[in-house]
Amino acid sequence: MKESQEYIALETPLSNSDVERLKSGDKVLLNGIVYTARDAAHKKLVETLREGKPLPFNLKGAVIYYCGPSPAPPGRVIGAAGPTTAYRMDPYTPELLKNGLKGMIGKGPRSDYVRRAMVEHKAVYFAATGGAGALLSQRIKAAKVIAYPELGPEAIRELIVENFPLIVVNDIYGRDLYEDGQRKYRRLP
Amino acid sequence: MRTIRFEDIVANLRNACIKANFELPNDVYQALNAALDKEQSPIGREILSQLIENADIARTERIPICQDTGTAVVWVELGQDVHVEGGFLIDAINEGVRQGYLEGYLRKSIVADPLRRKNTGDNTPAHVHIELVPGEVFRVTVLPKGGGSENMGRLAMLMPADGVDGVKKFVLDAVEKASANPCPPGIIGVGIGSTFDGVALLAKKALLRPIGERHPDPFYADLELELLELVNSLGVGPQGLGGRITTLDVHIEVAATHITSLPVAVNINCHAARRVSFEL
Repeated sequence: MKESQEYIALETPLSNSDVERLKSGDKVLLNGIVYTARDAAHKKLVETLREGKPLPFNLKGAVIYYCGPSPAPPGRVIGAAGPTTAYRMDPYTPELLKNGLKGMIGKGPRSDYVRRAMVEHKAVYFAATGGAGALLSQRIKAAKVIAYPELGPEAIRELIVENFPLIVVNDIYGRDLYEDGQRKYRRLP
Repeated sequence: MRTIRFEDIVANLRNACIKANFELPNDVYQALNAALDKEQSPIGREILSQLIENADIARTERIPICQDTGTAVVWVELGQDVHVEGGFLIDAINEGVRQGYLEGYLRKSIVADPLRRKNTGDNTPAHVHIELVPGEVFRVTVLPKGGGSENMGRLAMLMPADGVDGVKKFVLDAVEKASANPCPPGIIGVGIGSTFDGVALLAKKALLRPIGERHPDPFYADLELELLELVNSLGVGPQGLGGRITTLDVHIEVAATHITSLPVAVNINCHAARRVSFEL
C-alpha cells in the first residue's frame, strides 16, 4: 500500500485534542494499542459496567476494533484481521462512550443514537477496509488475548498496531462519510 | 454406475476450503482491476487498490483473504448414477470442512444453536445443497460465505402486478439499505420465482456463476445488465464510502412460480467472492 502525506498519524490512547482535529473523510495511520471486541465481548463489557466491576482494560481514551481474527498460523502474530460490521455493536456503544471510549474501528454505518452519543462524548468512528484481512494483519505487530478466552474468535485481544490505515467516518462534529460520499456519487433521482 | 470413495470427497473438500480462502477467483480479481479503472472516487480507488493488494498478499503469504472465512456453503451436483462408497455423503463433506478449517487456520464461525450460540469449534456443519442431475457427474463448489454480506439478504413475496419494475425497485432498495455492510463491490445474486423457500436458494445459486457470465435467456441477460447499471448508479461505492462501483456484477436465477406469486430474493456476496469447484 502506498503511504502519502495525506495521512494523519495518530497514537493511542486518544485524547480530546486528538479527536477534535479529526474530520470525516480524513485518512489516518494509527499506532499503539487497540482492543478487539465484537458481539459477545460487548455484551460482557456492558454487563461488567452495570455490575460496577472493573473492565479487563482501561476504557479512557481507548480504541476498540470490531474484529474477530482468524487463528494465527505457526510463526505469525495473528491471522487475517479485518473489521466486522459495526451496527451489531450499536446497542452497547453509548454506555462505553459514556465511560471514556474514544475510538471505534469497524465497517458500515452506525445508528443515529450512536452518532449522537459520539458527538456528546467526543469520540470518532473509523472505517478499516472490510475484507482486507490479509493486508491489515501485516500492520499488527503483537496480539494477546486479555479477556474472555472462552469466546474463541470473539475474545478480547490487545493488539499493537503500526501504521494501521483508517478513514474517519463519523467525527465529533456530527458528519458521516457514508451519507456524504454516497450522496456525491448518486446518479439516480 | 460410478463409485466415488468417501475419503476422496473428504480430501478434496479439505483442499477446496483452504484454496478458496487464500486464492481469490481470477474472474473476481480481474473485475476488481477493471473496477479500479472505472472508479472516479479517490477513496474508492484507494480501497480497490487495497483489495487487489490484499488478494496478492493472501495468495502469496497464505493468509486468508478475509478473517471471516465464512459458512462453508457446499453445492453438489450429484449424478443419479453415482454411488458414494465408504460412508454417508454429508459426513464426508463435513469431515472435509472440519479438516480444512482446522489445518488451514481458518476461522471457526459456526454456532451450534441460533439462540444458545455455542461455537462448534470446527466450522461444521457445512451448509449443503444437493442438486440431483442425470448421469455420472460429481461436481462440488465450495463457497465460503461471510456473515456481513449474508445478513444483508432480503426476500419479498411481491404481487404479479408489481412485475419487472417491482423486482428492480426491490433489488435497488436492498442494495441501498445494505450500504457498506456487505463489503461492496461484490456480486448481487437475485432469485425470481419459485416459492418462499425456493427463491432464496435461487439467489444463492446466482452467486456461483463467474463474473461476466450472463443468464442464458436473453431477457434475463438484459435485465442483469440493466440492474448492474442501476445498482452502480446508487453511489454506494467501494466499502459504501461513495463511488461509481457498487457491484462487480448482478446475476439472476429464475424458476416457475404459482399464478398468485412473484417471489424475489437478494443474496449479496462481498468483494471477497470466494469459490472453488472440483469434479471427481
